Amino acid sequence: MAHAVATPEIQLPTIPLRELGPWALLFALLTTVVVFFISADQGAVSVPSGTAIHEWVHDARHLLGYPCH
Amino acid sequence: MTARAFLVRGLLVGLLAGLATFATAYVVGEPHVEAALQVEEAHAATETDEAGHHDDVAVVPRTQQRTLGLLTGSLSIATVLGGTVALVAAGTVGRVGRLSPRQSTGLVALIGFVAVALVPFLKYPASPPAVGSADTIGARTTDYFGFLLVSVVVAVLATGLALRLLDRHGAFTAGLAGVAAYVVAMVAVGSLMPAVDELGDFPADTLWYFRRASIATLTVMWAAIGIGLAGLVGRLHDRERAVVARRELAASL
Ligand SMILES: [Zn+2]
Repeated sequence: MAHAVATPEIQLPTIPLRELGPWALLFALLTTVVVFFISADQGAVSVPSGTAIHEWVHDARHLLGYPCH
Repeated sequence: MTARAFLVRGLLVGLLAGLATFATAYVVGEPHVEAALQVEEAHAATETDEAGHHDDVAVVPRTQQRTLGLLTGSLSIATVLGGTVALVAAGTVGRVGRLSPRQSTGLVALIGFVAVALVPFLKYPASPPAVGSADTIGARTTDYFGFLLVSVVVAVLATGLALRLLDRHGAFTAGLAGVAAYVVAMVAVGSLMPAVDELGDFPADTLWYFRRASIATLTVMWAAIGIGLAGLVGRLHDRERAVVARRELAASL
């Protein structure tokens, strides 16, 4: 935090967007995959086919507001 | 403060928020899921089986769906949301007027709750089992996520507008303009997008209790993430400031 030297006001830290980019990209990908399997898989689209994933997370799907049956 | 520090805290808070989400969903929501399933069964008993992708071949028994299954969903969603909120908060820290990291993180979670949970719920509210038709699941999924996506994009744009107005017009005017822009845009989009009309003769009370439980669950999840993350980020900032203060004191001696 070398940039926070002796200013009269409290210096607010910022995180360079270049540092943030890779984290954001990777995590956005992970989020998309997780949200897909919990919220929509084996409903509108099926990967893999069957109903096991759908049924396992079924109540979360309804209660967290995702469209189901 | 680093992106990694934010993400670690977001995942931790998200996991804990997932437990709170599960507890709320289980206690407040499950009774109404069961009530809806009984309506569905009563229907299936009278009509010859045409709907019901659940009853005929139950791969996962209800006892697991309502416990471990619900826990899996709650933990997964809350954890990725916690991480996402943390990374957005990392991007906004120090960039929202003079808001402290604690405050800007809380603001991100609040805007997230409105844009990701509350407003999509107002247009396409959660529905208990037995309400939706299996034939329309494709369209309902597209509409829901389409509306959700628009809501998030509009929220980002509206926040950007508010930030641009902040310096010249002050926090009140900037905030008001941002909120107004978001509300007007979402009312317009909402009125253009198709409505879902599949209730039939489903009991209105059960529907209301279920929806109330659903929005309560979502509120608990977002509140836990927002409050928890703002707390942890604030503590981190306090610690770093203390280190800087000590270093400055040492240099001045
Ligand atoms: Zn369902």
